[in-house]
Amino acid sequence: MSILIFSLFIFVLACFIGFELISKVPPTLHTPLMSGANAISGITIVGALIVTGGEGGLLTQILGVAAIIFATINVVGGFMVTDRMLEMFKKKGDDK
Amino acid sequence: MSQFLPDFILSYLPDAIQLIYLIATAFFIRGLKLLGSPATARKGNQLAATGMLIGIIVTLFDQQIVSFEWIIVGVLTGSLIGIILAKKVAMTAMPELVAVFNGFGGGASALVSWGELSKFADPAVMEASGLVTTGLSIFIGSLTLTGSFVAFGKLKGFISGNAITFPGLNFINIASMIGVVVLIGVFTYNPANQTVFWIILGLSLLIGITSVIPIGGADMPVVISLLNSYSGLAASMAGFVLGNNLLIVSGALVGAAGLILTQIMCKAMNRSLFNVVFGSFGGDSSSGQDSGSGGDKTVRETSATDLAIQVAYASKVVIVPGYGLAVAQAQHIIKEVATKLEERGVQVKYGIHPVAGRMPGHMNVLLAEADVPYDQLYDMDQINPEFASTDVVLVIGANDVVNPMAKTSPGSPIYGMPILNVDEAKRTIVFKRSLSFGYAGIDNPLFYTEKNQMFFGDAKKSLQALNEALNDV
Repeated sequence: MSILIFSLFIFVLACFIGFELISKVPPTLHTPLMSGANAISGITIVGALIVTGGEGGLLTQILGVAAIIFATINVVGGFMVTDRMLEMFKKKGDDK
Repeated sequence: MSQFLPDFILSYLPDAIQLIYLIATAFFIRGLKLLGSPATARKGNQLAATGMLIGIIVTLFDQQIVSFEWIIVGVLTGSLIGIILAKKVAMTAMPELVAVFNGFGGGASALVSWGELSKFADPAVMEASGLVTTGLSIFIGSLTLTGSFVAFGKLKGFISGNAITFPGLNFINIASMIGVVVLIGVFTYNPANQTVFWIILGLSLLIGITSVIPIGGADMPVVISLLNSYSGLAASMAGFVLGNNLLIVSGALVGAAGLILTQIMCKAMNRSLFNVVFGSFGGDSSSGQDSGSGGDKTVRETSATDLAIQVAYASKVVIVPGYGLAVAQAQHIIKEVATKLEERGVQVKYGIHPVAGRMPGHMNVLLAEADVPYDQLYDMDQINPEFASTDVVLVIGANDVVNPMAKTSPGSPIYGMPILNVDEAKRTIVFKRSLSFGYAGIDNPLFYTEKNQMFFGDAKKSLQALNEALNDV
């Protein structure tokens, strides 16, 4: 089995997990969920690190650093703002 | 950082990294799952963030990474910008912020693939599958970048929220998309051709703009959600380029999750995704005109004192909040009014339409900010059977989601959209600035019914007046 086929395998399986995970979420949480999922898509930062830290010319460096900055904004900002939203969700009688 | 490790560990390093990636993936899946319930959502988000941290740290040990100066500069800059944005932005501006973050995420994936490509003096040595996924991730990432920023501009009002379109635009968009796919094929066959690469990049950026511009402001949440799905897909494609399983899996998770969420949103508005993307519907001004209802259009007005008496002696009051409530920053004052009513023994519930606010669930966030407990918030399906036994419904800053035309008038653009059946209640009170139209650009017959009273003015000021009047009842 080539690496590509193997990758396709896990790609498709991960898609199905994604479908299953989300289908049961109450509307209350759609906004935080969208924001949280969006932060996870910042995982591309891992790719940005590999590209930037590796051997490469000036163009590679520039593209890599730009990718790191973009992805970090997505990751750090995304998780923080999701936390800020969810912090406010309280049940009646919960402590402030 | 692998150079700091002893030699005997180095031989196990690649496998160790993969195994830790697997752990990070498990954190993401568990995190997304926990995000699905109000009680555990915060923990879920923290779990996902932890997974991300694990993924980032272990990547730094990858033997491909030899220099750290630029990594440090990039991470510090990005973190600083991200922290400032996340801390400063008001809760009402959440959809815009998600759009911006999403744009950056998509852009990053495109840059990663382009960066990887730039490492090869002769790209022809790359495998065909690598070239295809490079092309795809640049295509999807770039259109996510520009599309998200157009969505941001529309929500902020920098770009007209109206559907900007001309005949043939949809055709041009579809043709361009097919064009890019064909060009990616050409690029795979002959990667040394720089011109093809630049056309792919330019056309992708352009498609992001031209495919979001014709969509009306009211549909932006759906668009952002769809673009969220795209940015996951772009990350996944970048994973194929780098042969990185963590990227492939996490990107696919987000891609699938975003697509489901988009469908849920479309369903709530009774639109198909196709219709949203190609329908050019819904402006933010009164472009659509009502026809036919030119006859009796008298409305009954109420005052704070009069309303205070009505709600104070009611046994059940339902509050229907809309985006207008949030714009007026009236969430806190509505909470005070509700508390006063509850102290008098009035049963108070909130009826939340799935698309109240600017995104599904946005209203819940705004009310949570005002300390309204989430077990007082009811979904449309839960609250609709209760309106018949409700004495007073307070509709605050909402319009289209309570418009009976969605049920009665097949010609109306919102016909078929599920609405809150407030007209079944004994009395409705609509808080509104004026008789202007809602997002869909159509009139609302609810305003002219016998059972309805209008309370004109800024939502916050009106509620403050009501709050004070309640003291004297």
